[in-house]
Amino acid sequence: MSRTASRLDRKMDLLKMQEKEGLLKSKEGSRAVGKFIQNKLALIGLVVFAVILLSSIFAPLLTKYDPAMIDLRARLSPPSWEHLFGTDKLGRDVFARVLYGGRISILVGFGGALGAALVGVSLGTYAGYKGGWLDKILLRVSEIFMAFPQIILVLLLVSLLGQSLWNLLVIFTITGWGSVYRMARSQMLSIREEEYVQALKAFGLSDAIIAYKHMLPNALGPIMVNLTLSTAMFILEETALSFLGLGVPLHIPTWGNILNAAQDLTILQEAWWIWVPVGLVISAFVLSINFVGDGLRDSADPTQQG
Amino acid sequence: MHREKEVLLKIRNAQTYFPVQKGLLKRTVGHVRAVDNVSLDVYRGETLGLVGESGCGKTTLGKSILQLVRPTGGEFIYNFDGQEKDLRKLSNEEMMQARKRLQIVFQDPHSSLNPAFTIFGSLQDPLKKFGIKSKEERKQIIGDLLEAVNLRREYMHRYPHEFSGGQRQRIGIARALSLGPELIICDEAVSALDVSIQAQVLNLLLELKEKHKLTYIFISHDLSVVEYMSDRIAVMYLGKIVELAQAEDLFANAMHPYSQALLSAIPVAEVGRKRNRIVLEGNVPSPVDPPPGCAFHPRCPYAMEMCKTTVPELRKHIIDGREHHVACHLTDARAVTTQKTS
Repeated sequence: MSRTASRLDRKMDLLKMQEKEGLLKSKEGSRAVGKFIQNKLALIGLVVFAVILLSSIFAPLLTKYDPAMIDLRARLSPPSWEHLFGTDKLGRDVFARVLYGGRISILVGFGGALGAALVGVSLGTYAGYKGGWLDKILLRVSEIFMAFPQIILVLLLVSLLGQSLWNLLVIFTITGWGSVYRMARSQMLSIREEEYVQALKAFGLSDAIIAYKHMLPNALGPIMVNLTLSTAMFILEETALSFLGLGVPLHIPTWGNILNAAQDLTILQEAWWIWVPVGLVISAFVLSINFVGDGLRDSADPTQQG
Repeated sequence: MHREKEVLLKIRNAQTYFPVQKGLLKRTVGHVRAVDNVSLDVYRGETLGLVGESGCGKTTLGKSILQLVRPTGGEFIYNFDGQEKDLRKLSNEEMMQARKRLQIVFQDPHSSLNPAFTIFGSLQDPLKKFGIKSKEERKQIIGDLLEAVNLRREYMHRYPHEFSGGQRQRIGIARALSLGPELIICDEAVSALDVSIQAQVLNLLLELKEKHKLTYIFISHDLSVVEYMSDRIAVMYLGKIVELAQAEDLFANAMHPYSQALLSAIPVAEVGRKRNRIVLEGNVPSPVDPPPGCAFHPRCPYAMEMCKTTVPELRKHIIDGREHHVACHLTDARAVTTQKTS
């Protein structure tokens, strides 16, 4: 009895000492993680996401084929143990192309989302805090970008800038920053009325320090969720563009470029193995990202914290 | 016996208007006169209470002094150790010096601390800006500040959500003290706390005032709190000061009908005691379109013809040898008659 008590005492002393040293960390992070893990859908999403991502990254370990290797003797062969997803018109292994294509497609998706977020958040944070003419102008500009049907704008820019991976990233950044900007801005509009912001102003701290260092961390939750969701959107957009032949140059395998083959009616009708598996992978990946995004939003929202 | 009082802050004809915009083109159709021609002296070392109902401009006046809200007009002359300068016309360098001297404690302890930072993280940047480069030194200072408000120094590594409302409010006070200010504006500093905690925080404020030779502008709608804290009290109504007097004079002998009504609303903890409550009719008029003449006349039980046309000025009256400022035609008329008869 007394032994347990003294053990508890010692534990308390240890905790107190750690607190004094400033070593005791807040449990906030782990609580959000716990919430996320309890969300079954999000967890499944995370697993699917990880499987597809990792098998793209470690593609050379999973297939012996080079995605660009042409084997005209094995044209349009249906799935077999030799070629898991069969081969395409030029005899290239479709399984290898799906794996390697994932690298580019995911890169474009993340890259586009990250680029758009970077531009949108850095502009939105400052303009949302400062307000005034800067905010008004940026708001109108973002509205102009959002008023165009995005695919038309992308088509226009692709034909202006030409086809390349980097151009695609730039284009996604240009077309995507508007929504992130508006989101960051609206977050800042509500945060800037908080009294701690007034207190920092009363100390005369510079606008940049107040906006980026003190306010932005409180706005980051929804922005991160938006980042995951727009990744999914950009992957779809890359696919659509490549399907139209305007995305990444055709010799680079991407999910969209694989699908591009299905424009041919004979392939669409007779060689289903070329476009069905890649379509399923795209759907699974996008869906999993959306589940993860939803899970992140729920776990990051403190009002839903148990 | 009475030392000559030094004026720390001289406010003259302060105006803070907010434009009211309407329609697609955001035309300005009028102004909310949150602070309307307020003139006020704040003496070094005193506590000036500022009372009035919600929306009467107390907080806006406080924020205008700190230039957190840009005043539309008027002068805010601050006494920088003998040098008088208008806070509205300072250079950036001078403003930085002024920021050291003027601070504010906020009303809502739940929004006054940044939830994403530890207390140390929140409080260190102002110190950094004002030249305390070493982290150890900042830690030392923040620890001392926390101890000054009766908190433990190791609390600086905690996050705001780990504190109670009273503790947060004390951290807010510690933050206001961090650069060694002269004038602190307490904007409803205890209104969000429950009564027992209120008392603690009020006593802490009084104690700190003694220790650091502070001057307070104490904004509140709670008259008993203001009475406890203040040397002088200013009563505000619709952006104007209607009465300004020593605290005990105001409570003993309120001159303005609005102050009288306010005071009669203080609850008394005595069973069976009857009071003559003055219940005001109607609502506070809109500050966008205040009534002509005395802003209080539509609700004033003593309103005269003159009150509907002429704006009363805040006039100094000497009552029993003490200054008592009132903005009321009725008081003016009585003063004239007393002068005449004597």
